[in-house]
Amino acid sequence: MAKRRLRELVIRREWCKGCGICVALCPKQVLELDGEDKSVPARPEDCICCRMCELRCPDLAITVLTDEEEGDGA
Amino acid sequence: MARKVRFVQGNEACVEGALYAGLSFYAGYPITPSTEIAELLAERLPARGGRFIQMEDEIASMCAIIGASLTGNKVMTATSGPGFSLKQEAIGYACMAEIPCVIVNVQRGGPSTGNPTHVGQGDINQARWGTHGDHNIIALTASNHQDVFAMTVEAFNMAETYRTPVVLLFDEVIGHMREKLLVPEPGELPLVERLRTSVPKDVDYHPYLPREDGRLPMSDFGGEHRYNVTGLYHDMWGFPTSNPKMVSELLRHLIDKIDNRVHEITRHKEHFLEGARYVLISYGASARSAIHLARERRARGERIGVIELQSLWPFPREMIREKCREAKAVLVVEMNMGQMLAQVRAAVADPEKVFLANRVDGKLIAPADIKQVLRVIQGRGV
Amino acid sequence: MAIQDYIRQRFFPHLWCPGCGHGIILNNLLHAVDELGLAKNDIVVTSGIGCSARISGYVDFHTLHTLHGRALAFATGVKLSRPELTLIVPMGDGDALAIGGNHFIHAARRNIDITAIVMNNRIYGMTGGQFSPLSGPGILATTAPYRTIDPNFDVVELARAAGATFVARSTTYHALETIDLLKRAISHKGFAVVEILTQCPTYYGRKNKEGEAAEMIERYKHITAKIGSKALEENPALIPRGVFVEVGRPEYCEAYEEVIVRARQEVAA
Repeated sequence: MAKRRLRELVIRREWCKGCGICVALCPKQVLELDGEDKSVPARPEDCICCRMCELRCPDLAITVLTDEEEGDGA
Repeated sequence: MARKVRFVQGNEACVEGALYAGLSFYAGYPITPSTEIAELLAERLPARGGRFIQMEDEIASMCAIIGASLTGNKVMTATSGPGFSLKQEAIGYACMAEIPCVIVNVQRGGPSTGNPTHVGQGDINQARWGTHGDHNIIALTASNHQDVFAMTVEAFNMAETYRTPVVLLFDEVIGHMREKLLVPEPGELPLVERLRTSVPKDVDYHPYLPREDGRLPMSDFGGEHRYNVTGLYHDMWGFPTSNPKMVSELLRHLIDKIDNRVHEITRHKEHFLEGARYVLISYGASARSAIHLARERRARGERIGVIELQSLWPFPREMIREKCREAKAVLVVEMNMGQMLAQVRAAVADPEKVFLANRVDGKLIAPADIKQVLRVIQGRGV
Repeated sequence: MAIQDYIRQRFFPHLWCPGCGHGIILNNLLHAVDELGLAKNDIVVTSGIGCSARISGYVDFHTLHTLHGRALAFATGVKLSRPELTLIVPMGDGDALAIGGNHFIHAARRNIDITAIVMNNRIYGMTGGQFSPLSGPGILATTAPYRTIDPNFDVVELARAAGATFVARSTTYHALETIDLLKRAISHKGFAVVEILTQCPTYYGRKNKEGEAAEMIERYKHITAKIGSKALEENPALIPRGVFVEVGRPEYCEAYEEVIVRARQEVAA
């Protein structure tokens, strides 16, 4: 399977309740809560596209948009 | 073609009426004296492609028929006193969510387990106020098997017309007694079918927006329109709301859709009522004795007649007031401690002239029981 | 489709508390539906009363929000009258196993093709933190100020004993696993039970000092283990996750079709 690369980490601010699950459980500490207790992608360059923030978001506020990375020979 | 003549129990007449009306889903739990309805439908429904299910209790039965009504079926459950108590919460749900369904209560002696194999008419007020909160309800009854059939058909028609639960209040004597039933030909009695929305796919459908004539077209679950059904106060899409204006409007709608149509909904029969000085008001098996007595007395020239109620709720207050205006005395004949008596007293101009002839010992009230009370009223001793 | 395409977006943000696991279950359920490629018009979600029950209002399917404990009874009526529909019934502790316990075991016994999701947060949230039949002994709740003495049901064992033909357990931490189990449960022909351990940070968490939502959810990693895993073998006190029952048995609606055939044959004879 082709590797995935982050295109965008979309967070609907108005749906996010700032529970911090995505921040605490991200294996690469990509996310942070901002001054208004909303999740923001502070270090998107570190994202490994595991999508666990998306799947564990109780507010359905996170979508991890990815692109398929080109294979070596392609 | 000759009509089919049957010699049946009242419970069977109810089954025949329900099938004639188009019943296609029944859920129930056995309870005396209504059980024959379940037994007969277990046999008859699948043969017509309908579905019968014996649920784990009366609560589940009531809930299951509501679910099946939402997929577009004409549905029914049958029970007796204790089971009727259990169904009340879900009956309230059907009132609130406006789900057409028919609930048969073949009454026995109560309260509690009471007198299961004997007759009673103690659930009249429960039919009206059994579920919590303000609501409205239609309850019909019958004193003979031809009427059991006809009123069962009426119950289905009204459930569809007003999108509401309709209660059929029979009693043990009517349920178990055998007498003649002429099963009408198809088309002989009018049937009201489910009114389905004409709103096309992908156009906003409002399950709770009445048409100009007050009817609310439905859309079957599984169909093109996805909407919400809830027991909470809701908006015209069926979504919960606590908006005070919408709460008040919905409750008033639920009350008014029946109260504003009392004349359309209520049914009664008059027996020997012309110029009657003594008016007997009765229903169900009790009415048979009242009619018997009136016939006997009329033959002797006494001016005595009967109003037989075929619908109990909404109560036909104006009709009763009008018909009793000239009566010297009004005698309510029933097998309870005066549940309809209270309604009649509230309806007439002169409540002091309304008396009760009742029997609450599990035995059918007889003409002799009514005669005794009549003697006292007429000042002819005890 | 994106899972947001399966919800009624005008009701978002939803009413659940920050960090409530019920939102994760909704999230995972929508992923399961999406991955199965089910059509919205073919799904009926029936729920009861409580925090969990609000799930029905959020999903863009045919939705039936019913009475406390009675969701499975309503769903039985929908399913038997329209067997081609996919019935999903999310329930909380009370809906599934207190007031609704009788309907739960009988739906399992019939093996009617319904997917029951037990959202087990060990507390009654909507009414403010009373203990439930899934709380178990020794917890603090508003109706157990001296800690509970009531033993809890084991949802998996109860469902198995009652006759459910698919029984599984996961947690809100194990989202990918939950999606997989829900897909298998929905695809299973018969009564399928998926118990999902879910956090209630507001009542259970606060009362029992289990920390914030993130701490609570992470705890599931440590107190559970997959069936057949080395971890479970070494520590049987861990709560097992995975599929416990997956068997074939005649499904109720299909069996009823045979009743119809037999009834018609007898009438014709």
